Amino acid sequence: MIEVENLTKYYGEIRGIEDVSFSIKKGEITGFLGPNGSGKTTTMRILTCFFPPNSGRARVAGYDVIENPIEGRRRIGYVPETVPLYPDMKVKTYLNFVAEAKRMEKGQRRRKINEIMEQCGISGVSHRLVGNLSKGYRQRVGLAQALINDPEVLILDEPTIGLDPKQVVEIRQFIKNLAGERTIILSTHILSEVSMTCERVIIIHEGKIVAVDTPENLMERLQKTSRTLIQIEGGQQEVKDKLKTIPGVINILEKGESSPGVFSYEVESEKEREISGELSYLVYSNNWKLVEIRAMKMSLENIFIELTKEDKV
Amino acid sequence: MNFFPILKKELRSYFTSLIAYIVLAVFLVIAGYYFYTDLALFVLWGGSSVQEGLWQYLFHDIRLILLLTIPLLTMRLFAEEKKLGTIELLLTYPFRDIEILLGKYLACLAVFSLMLGLTILYPILLAIVYQVEVGPLIASYLGMFLLGSAFISCGIMVSSLTENQIVAALITSGTIITFWFIDWNEAAVSPTIATVLHHISFFEHFYNFVRGIIDTKDVIYFMLFTFFFLFLTLRSLESRRWRGLR
Repeated sequence: MIEVENLTKYYGEIRGIEDVSFSIKKGEITGFLGPNGSGKTTTMRILTCFFPPNSGRARVAGYDVIENPIEGRRRIGYVPETVPLYPDMKVKTYLNFVAEAKRMEKGQRRRKINEIMEQCGISGVSHRLVGNLSKGYRQRVGLAQALINDPEVLILDEPTIGLDPKQVVEIRQFIKNLAGERTIILSTHILSEVSMTCERVIIIHEGKIVAVDTPENLMERLQKTSRTLIQIEGGQQEVKDKLKTIPGVINILEKGESSPGVFSYEVESEKEREISGELSYLVYSNNWKLVEIRAMKMSLENIFIELTKEDKV
Repeated sequence: MNFFPILKKELRSYFTSLIAYIVLAVFLVIAGYYFYTDLALFVLWGGSSVQEGLWQYLFHDIRLILLLTIPLLTMRLFAEEKKLGTIELLLTYPFRDIEILLGKYLACLAVFSLMLGLTILYPILLAIVYQVEVGPLIASYLGMFLLGSAFISCGIMVSSLTENQIVAALITSGTIITFWFIDWNEAAVSPTIATVLHHISFFEHFYNFVRGIIDTKDVIYFMLFTFFFLFLTLRSLESRRWRGLR
């Protein structure tokens, strides 16, 4: 549905993106992940045919963004990060303008507008001025204008930014419900959002793609060793020495005193080896007071830092 | 050409934001006052022919109000979209740049035509008590229309360069005034340059119209002026391709 090959875009001397390639299958939700200024918006603006790349090719819904931007645009729904809307228009009037702009047939416009307002939950504000709406409603109007002509591809730039937690959950659920019939790209710098909504992640950093995979695989791939956190009361050196004797343990990291007399350690061990049994036996046989023991999972946050730190993949 | 949605949107915006009403009101108040005083001048002083002189006076006066009002109509056309960020969405709808430009240009031209059209009331009023010749009036109105169209294209171009509406209005006024007065300083330049300046100045070309003369040279001048600035606007819209940022 979306094919991108060696896309490069410079703003004068400033690099937007460089040599970006990926492809997205029909019906997939793909998360575009990267810190601010990493090239997410640039890539999206190329895909929406806002401006062409300096070099490389991009095809959206079968249409080349350089050779056939008008046809491409007809098949894309786009919600920019700031959700720019005309404040002096009423919601319904605005959607009617968008329907005309997207060259929908006159006969089906009215029906479709009502349908989409119902779907996005904005029927109640259809006669209010866009400028008087709250941020949450603006976001829904933004989604409504993108969805009005049933586009095959939906491109959402930071769709949950600036919303309150309840609205964030609603919008995420809404986006999830749209998947299947539509191909969706959403950009975000919130990692948990990606693992919650997306089937695939493209991590972009300083204009280059550093990883493309499912959230689960990414975690799996970067976690070369397993880590266990253990908190034990007293006897710092003794505990450390004895922990080291467990077969499979690679390293012990002291994490300091968590509460008076209680010390935590991070036990790094070989990935395939289960050490929790040995650990608990050690604790039992030495009569140590165990406060906590748990396996540590590498979060997307860690992965992200790991990936963007240097060229690790 | 799919410019109709833009045309409709811009017209609606002119009239819901009240800008069109305010500009119309100010224009008509001042234009009406000019008509009254110019007519009074001819009636009270006598001697000169109303038929020949009145419209020249009146339209020369009215074009001064256009210097003030047209930049206020054009300033928002692109600058506002840039400020609001809506230009980003607009440019990802299936429009070609020229369709967006034409929609906006024609919307502004329509408001201006309404302004100008309402002044037809003056000759109609005069015709009740005095015989009015239609020929010179047609020439004058054509001249006003072409002049307004040139002002608008210049205003749109400036508006596409900035996101600040006040800046857009001021620079438009400045540009128009420059084209108006560019040949006034004949003493300061060589005769050759003076001739060139004469030809590119608004004044010479407009003067023929209000005297009742429709010269193709003048018509072409104003049309070229309009096309040139619309062309520059297109280039300015396209600049996002290489500048990237809006």
